[in-house]
Amino acid sequence: MADLEAFRKDVQAWLEENCPPSMRTPMPEEEVVWGGRNATYPNPDSKKWLDAMGAKGWTAPTWPAAYGGGGLSKEENMVLQQELRRIKARPALNSFGIWMLGPALLEFASEQQKQKFIPPIVRGEIRWCQGYSEPGAGSDLAGLQTSAVLDGDTYTVNGQKVWTSYADKADWIFCLVRTDKTVKHDGISFLLFDMASPGVSTKPIKLISGYSPFCETFFDDVKVPADQLVGELNKGWTIAKRLLQHERAMISGMGLGGALSGATGQTLAGAAKEYLGDDNGKVADPVVREHITKHNMDSKAFALTMRRVQEEAKAANDVSATSSVFKFFGTELNKRKYELLIETMGTKMLGWEPDDTYSADEIGNTRAWLRSKANSIEGGTSEVQLNIIAKRVLGLPD
Amino acid sequence: MSFVLNEEQQILRDSAKGFIAEKSPVTELRRLRDSNDANGYDTKLWSQMAEMGFAGIIIPEEYGGAGFGYRGLGLVLEEAGRSLTASPLVSTSLLCASALLIGGSEAQKKELLPKIADGSLVMAMAMDEGAHHAPANIAATAGKDGDSYVLNGTKSFVLDGHVAGKLIVAARTHSTPGDKTGTTLFIVDGDAAGLTRTRHSMVDSRNAAEVKLDGVKVSHDNVLGNVDGGFAILDEALDRARIGLSAEMLGGALEAYERTLDYLKERKQFGVVIGSFQGLKHRAAKMFCELELCKSVVADALQAIDERRNDVAQAASLAKSRVGAVFNEVSSEAVQMHGGIGVTDEYEIGFFLKRARVADATFGNVSFHSQRYAELEGY
Repeated sequence: MADLEAFRKDVQAWLEENCPPSMRTPMPEEEVVWGGRNATYPNPDSKKWLDAMGAKGWTAPTWPAAYGGGGLSKEENMVLQQELRRIKARPALNSFGIWMLGPALLEFASEQQKQKFIPPIVRGEIRWCQGYSEPGAGSDLAGLQTSAVLDGDTYTVNGQKVWTSYADKADWIFCLVRTDKTVKHDGISFLLFDMASPGVSTKPIKLISGYSPFCETFFDDVKVPADQLVGELNKGWTIAKRLLQHERAMISGMGLGGALSGATGQTLAGAAKEYLGDDNGKVADPVVREHITKHNMDSKAFALTMRRVQEEAKAANDVSATSSVFKFFGTELNKRKYELLIETMGTKMLGWEPDDTYSADEIGNTRAWLRSKANSIEGGTSEVQLNIIAKRVLGLPD
Repeated sequence: MSFVLNEEQQILRDSAKGFIAEKSPVTELRRLRDSNDANGYDTKLWSQMAEMGFAGIIIPEEYGGAGFGYRGLGLVLEEAGRSLTASPLVSTSLLCASALLIGGSEAQKKELLPKIADGSLVMAMAMDEGAHHAPANIAATAGKDGDSYVLNGTKSFVLDGHVAGKLIVAARTHSTPGDKTGTTLFIVDGDAAGLTRTRHSMVDSRNAAEVKLDGVKVSHDNVLGNVDGGFAILDEALDRARIGLSAEMLGGALEAYERTLDYLKERKQFGVVIGSFQGLKHRAAKMFCELELCKSVVADALQAIDERRNDVAQAASLAKSRVGAVFNEVSSEAVQMHGGIGVTDEYEIGFFLKRARVADATFGNVSFHSQRYAELEGY
């Protein structure tokens, strides 16, 4: 414990010196940092902050120091996260490399691949995208057809991916490819390659929210060095499944907390008092109040369950069932939150562009409501999660 | 704090599980019902539970208890909930012992707590008077008469009221029904002159009573806590009881759910087991998620008491309303998924449905606690 307290003092001193004051404020959407070789930094301090955190390995605090990670224990990481929260520090880096690919590489990649790919992920030098879904392979992901044919020491990749998040901005892709057409799950491999390779092209997909976070991605005779295959040939499905667990954990985090828009941090009850009136400290509309109460209780129960499962995992109890539980419940909860917010804000959440009537925050909520609809589809739909729970946890037959 | 059980707690849970599975399967509740047992629980079983230390789990060792805290009692209650065990655990070991621990004088604690712990004294809390739990809505009166009080009024739905050796009666010494001030708690002998008790026949085959107070005289040293200050003690004791009862309800919900899963895996229609139908699978998986959340809120609430946290009331209302809603849903779905056999008396699954509704109504139902949660959270 004494060591932890000493560690906390070190962290405090380091943050004091290295976290610029402007990085201790709420983060507007346009200042979110994704890193990568073509990264731009509207706020120059965010580059300083990323460089400092990356050099320390604290963008991936618990990864081994040998690969550029922070090398911290879980307890030390908890202290670090507490101190970051205490000074309201912005996340230094948003990264699919850290959230999803890195943990899979640490588990499945060769030593040489770890040395090559993990340190740049930690420092935010490569921006990654995920090549999983295809037009004919969504929930039935293992039905994917994008092919990789080996000739000498080079794979030739042909096919199409869809729903590739930020493919148009990514530097590299981690991609599921078919290397054996005669079998389904056992004919899939896990390949890494540069999005600047000849034959790769992307096309953004505009969503109902007006944003285009996803792309269609096309591969036309893309040449990939064979040493960029991760794990064994035709054994990519195991890696894919593990990576999906990390993805689900990331997405289900969205169900946490009662805070709404990042800019105001307003709660549902706070919004209700503002838009529907305050009756002696109570939300004036009793029906909306009841809906908010139910939602807040569900959120609290969900957050407690996240904590319980973390503790059980630490105590080595079996928690393998829970990533689907969290993905299902968290995303449904998040959708309900935004539906409830429309009920609360009324027409104030039905604008499309900010003007004299609609504030930027209100429009932000509107767009977030539409974005939330994808949460229960991406990373495996709610129905897929329920099937996984029924089969793997409850043991119900196909 | 920790959600993970320590070794002592695991041993306690395992011994409760083994004991209850052997001595008190659901067939025991059926036997009590069919034999019209006068107590509504098996007195021999209760003595054995006391010998196991279950009756005095939350009572400190200095008063003859085990000092295992509410997390410990919650584990036993959860197991009792799985087999629908009828016993004075809730009325006596949970609710009345809590009230004594919170508000009792040293003399009262020394006299009563050891008897609760050794199983020789059953106690009942007489508070509610109407069809809904409303601890501030007390109309029964306690008029001052020299150094004593004279109690008049009627109490309904008093758990174990007809067999209790002593009752804690909430009566009004001041103000009017609905007011949180002016309520006083009295410790009253079960055989006091002017006290009549009639057992209600309840849907869950367990017991509760109507208690009539007709000029019952109680001396001043039987006031629990301060005159006019009864509501605060009652409310705090009730929160602990709500949390403990939530643990029992969680056990009942888990058992009803697991029995239903087993049925889904064995019952065949159209030539396949019905558990292969997606319409049923998804409902089963959703209930699993809900139950996972219930486990967390119950564990957190029990810890909140033991750690003397300042959010026990919120944790209690969260646990009672969430587990109440989920037990109601799971027990209804259990009957539905069992099909025709689910609505027969011969099959046990219906017992869980009945217990769910009685437990929900006890110490405040889903609506009561949702409303209270919102108020405590300031909206």
